[in-house]
Amino acid sequence: MPVDIWLYFILGFMIIGSIACLEIKNILSSIITIGVVGLSLSLAFLFLGAPDLALVQFVFEILCMIILIRAFAKRSIEVRALQRDVPETIIAIVILASIFVLSIFAFKDMPSFGKPIVRVAERYLANAGVETGSQNIVTAVILNYRIYDTLGEITVLFTAILGTLTILRKTGRKKRHAE
Amino acid sequence: MILYIMCFFLFLVGVYGAITKRDLIKIILAIGIMGYSVNLFLVLLAYRTGALVPILKKGLNIPANMMVDPIPQALVLTSIVIELGVTALMAALAIRIYQKYDTFDITKIRRLQG
Repeated sequence: MPVDIWLYFILGFMIIGSIACLEIKNILSSIITIGVVGLSLSLAFLFLGAPDLALVQFVFEILCMIILIRAFAKRSIEVRALQRDVPETIIAIVILASIFVLSIFAFKDMPSFGKPIVRVAERYLANAGVETGSQNIVTAVILNYRIYDTLGEITVLFTAILGTLTILRKTGRKKRHAE
Repeated sequence: MILYIMCFFLFLVGVYGAITKRDLIKIILAIGIMGYSVNLFLVLLAYRTGALVPILKKGLNIPANMMVDPIPQALVLTSIVIELGVTALMAALAIRIYQKYDTFDITKIRRLQG
């Protein structure tokens, strides 16, 4: 089967899964449903020729589910009325639908699926083996051509971890006058 | 083009969840869905029909126009890792809010309202 048909199937599955994730009342099932959506995204990456991304997405999904379940599963046993008022929801749906209709005109001008405009990457694809010595060109791009991006990524990740630890620490700042 | 439109629809589902749900956990999940759709869109733009994975093999000379565009893949790899950090940060904030206000309902968190 061609890749397109697999992707239609996977994308439809992801859309249905995410709607279900947002509408299910039980929080634990909703977190597990978003796990299903993420794993099917990993499958879509495999079909699109990106095995590195598929692996990273898989690990990300597992970690994300562990974090979310650890954080929320105990605290949300009670069933809540989740929806906002009906008029607000209707207004939101109307605005989003109009954005969707307008976006169709915008997507007409994009390069069609399967025929990308590859300008910068031509040089990387031709020379990466010789210039960097890496067999995987994605690795060559991350760790050689765009190394500053990776540096920024590590900075952002480190900042996020610092923020998480700061928010979650048990003991606050010690008071001066206690000493 | 239909694939791009479906991908954008997935993004709009995420936006819908983020603006209409009252539950903080649901809002975090909706932001996650938006992240998925953006990542998928970038990788969809990079795909070339019938192309191979951008990995070189010894003794097998694949011409450069038979491989997928590697740059969006590299950038999406960055973005996925950042998303994990952002999700963890949002979860930590939600836990703190729950400890302080005893609820995840954003309409009941009075002091956050303007």
